[in-house]
Amino acid sequence: MTTSQLTPGIVPGRLKADDYCTNFADVAPPLDRHEARVAADRCYFCHDAPCVTACPTAIDIPLFIRQIATDTPVAAAKTILAQNILGGMCARVCPTENLCEGSCVRETAEGKPVEIGALQRFATDTLMASGIHPFTRAAATGKSVAVVGAGPSGLACAHRLAMLGHEVKIYDAQPKAGGLNEFGIAAYKAPGDFAAAEVAWLMKIGGISVVTGWRLGRDGSVESLAADHDAVFLGMGLAGVNALGLPGEALAHVTPATDFIHDLRQATDLASLPVGRDVVVIGGGMTAVDAAVQSRLLGAENVTIVYRRSRGEMPASWHEQDHATANGVRIITNAAPVALHGQGALSEVEFAYTQAGAKGLELTEQTFRLKADQCFTAIGQTLSGQPEALKLDGRKIAVTGPGRTSRAGVWAGGDCAAGGDDLTVTAVAEGRDAALDIHASLTGGANG
Amino acid sequence: MADLTTNFIGIKSPNPFWLASAPPTDKEYNVRRAFEAGWGGVVWKTLGSEGPPVVNVNGPRYGAIYGADRRLLGLNNIELITDRPLEVNLREIKSVKRDYKDRALIISLMVPCDEDSWKDILHRIEDTEADGIELNFGCPHGMAERGMGSAVGQVPEYIEMVTRWCKQYSRMPVIVKLTPNITDIRRPAEAAHRGGADAVSLINTINSITSVDLDLFAPEPTIDGKGTHGGYCGPAVKPIALNMVAEIARSPVTRGMPISGIGGVTTWRDAAEFMALGAGNVQVCTAAMTYGFKVVQEMISGLSDYMDRKGFTSTDALVGRAVPNVTDWQYLNLNYVTKAVINQDDCIKCGRCYAACEDTSHQAIAMSEDRIFTVKDEECVACNLCLDVCPVEGCITMRELGKGEVDPRTDRPVGDYANWTTHPNNPSSQAAE
Repeated sequence: MTTSQLTPGIVPGRLKADDYCTNFADVAPPLDRHEARVAADRCYFCHDAPCVTACPTAIDIPLFIRQIATDTPVAAAKTILAQNILGGMCARVCPTENLCEGSCVRETAEGKPVEIGALQRFATDTLMASGIHPFTRAAATGKSVAVVGAGPSGLACAHRLAMLGHEVKIYDAQPKAGGLNEFGIAAYKAPGDFAAAEVAWLMKIGGISVVTGWRLGRDGSVESLAADHDAVFLGMGLAGVNALGLPGEALAHVTPATDFIHDLRQATDLASLPVGRDVVVIGGGMTAVDAAVQSRLLGAENVTIVYRRSRGEMPASWHEQDHATANGVRIITNAAPVALHGQGALSEVEFAYTQAGAKGLELTEQTFRLKADQCFTAIGQTLSGQPEALKLDGRKIAVTGPGRTSRAGVWAGGDCAAGGDDLTVTAVAEGRDAALDIHASLTGGANG
Repeated sequence: MADLTTNFIGIKSPNPFWLASAPPTDKEYNVRRAFEAGWGGVVWKTLGSEGPPVVNVNGPRYGAIYGADRRLLGLNNIELITDRPLEVNLREIKSVKRDYKDRALIISLMVPCDEDSWKDILHRIEDTEADGIELNFGCPHGMAERGMGSAVGQVPEYIEMVTRWCKQYSRMPVIVKLTPNITDIRRPAEAAHRGGADAVSLINTINSITSVDLDLFAPEPTIDGKGTHGGYCGPAVKPIALNMVAEIARSPVTRGMPISGIGGVTTWRDAAEFMALGAGNVQVCTAAMTYGFKVVQEMISGLSDYMDRKGFTSTDALVGRAVPNVTDWQYLNLNYVTKAVINQDDCIKCGRCYAACEDTSHQAIAMSEDRIFTVKDEECVACNLCLDVCPVEGCITMRELGKGEVDPRTDRPVGDYANWTTHPNNPSSQAAE
């Protein structure tokens, strides 16, 4: 008997083969040259443009859009990549509605911003398709830098250091580079193995080597790296996940959403991926949305996101929330899980409605249960093991200025470092800025 | 709905929108479509002498200039006069006129600059029942090198001479079409006046190269690797045309001579502006070539609504109404003081006014940390540039200072009308004292 959306339990192949292709196609198809020219013509070339201020990497957006409008997309891409070497991925995954596009003056004027993200993608795709790597390395400095983590911050840091003439060795725990770009975002945001292609393109700068399957704490330490290199940058992200701390959490089919997304991104055949008929996702961020939507796209019949606060307080943007609901995901807010039920395997998740209380969020007496044969938790990630002797700020590595940690010669950036907002683009900015500070330090600059 | 009927030098048309002599009016098929769409009149594409017709290039004839969103702002052409046999054109003109008696049908003419040639062509068109003729003294390319078109239009004596022949050998009203490729448009207009022309029409196209192919290193439109100058028209030339129309309308010699306004008329508003500056009607080409004949419907409804709003019952009430207000710089009121005002509710905070003023003008706009833009009255010279570059219409306005109000820039109260002719800084005015 073949499986369908209605098959109970966690099974693969709920859809017809073609449906997987359709469902996981590019969520925001690229602009063609004409569309890009039309979109670019809408830019007002603002003075001290609000979009640039809103961009964590401060890309000169009016300039690159003008370069597209004047039919020089490769020049536009250089403008982008000079500030943000992962401009291609950021064009796909940035919550532009909260950043550049959210601050576009045409959003104020007409409620319809210039399509900055799509234009950025047009420019960077054009450049990457041409095979150009527009940056070259400065004369060799003879210095070597260890970068832990081949995600957005590590890659941005490594590329900038390589440009400045340093030798860089990236250490990453995964079998391949890319970090969350490769393992942690929804497949439909970067189809066509884009994350890997972007890493390969970035590496064309030269001077960067990658050691995979290397985990900090297991295969080496901050001190051993510091001994082998002239400087160390930590950008390993947050490998741990927060637990619910609730009865029934150990039941089968209760797993972190990040694991589900990871497996989905690495799957060669989406039809072989099992998914539940009734899926519950706990959390309110982008990871929750990515897991929920992709569960639907794999053929789950009922998918529900449950978030403990209101819609307006969800970390996922309105755009992401709309994307979820448009894909048939139900969003329940102001409810927190209190127990998971089942005999061996999960069958229900129990929630209590919440309300604002004197000491923050309180559970009310009113509870409800959602049928669930699969539950994904997406309630935040944590630093996996404290790197020795580094001071923490909360649960992340404490940094001052451009990513300087409490130990001289060691910098940190991206999700593992305190501050920032856990966005790809922020990680890129932090990696880049740390690289400039490392460079200043290694070449006897004022920050040494 | 206001009555748009016009009587231009005795030629009646249901509205003042005529199609100019150009590619859209080269054939019966096109002209019939134009009349069906509602055009009030047509100036048939220029006829030449009897004999083998001219030939056109077989490569591109047009070059274009674009604004945002590839909106066509300017068009240049290297097309010549009609390349169809004279008899065919004459037969078609007669056929069309027979079916559209209420519409104006003018024949544009261009023949060699000798009396016999003109006498001959005027004789040949006699029985078409066309309403008038327009002398093409404007075409700046191709025909000019053969001693016709703008080669005639640039020599006032020739204009006068040919006009006189036409008045002598034809019973039809004569419109002289002027080229803008001269230094002072009043001279050819005066020549036409002296020759007895019933009207002038202007402007013909402006000599131009629209662009250069940066791979071929050749002007566009490019014919087998070469290009030549062509006639420029479309919205981009409207300001040049308006000025030339106004110069003729207010010149003591030509004042009152009927003018058919041409040059970038694209909307009803453009037409109304030409008419306010003295044009009795307008001729349109590029707008039709860009959007098709249907555009005339917006022109008709727009002009009609405008006239209703103004209480004008006839186009005569509009024609020339702005002419008395066209003056020379020296008579402008130097005691008229305005200041830019930015409406914060309408401002979208693009900062273009700030960039324009700070970089290129008078540093008269302040920008706060949170992007509030305000005018510094003590620096504002009222140049208007901020208003011009603001993408939101009506967001920036110019406030007129009342009489006696102190201008914070000069610390002087606004006084009575006074112009340069009496200004103390004017050496001539001092010499006169």
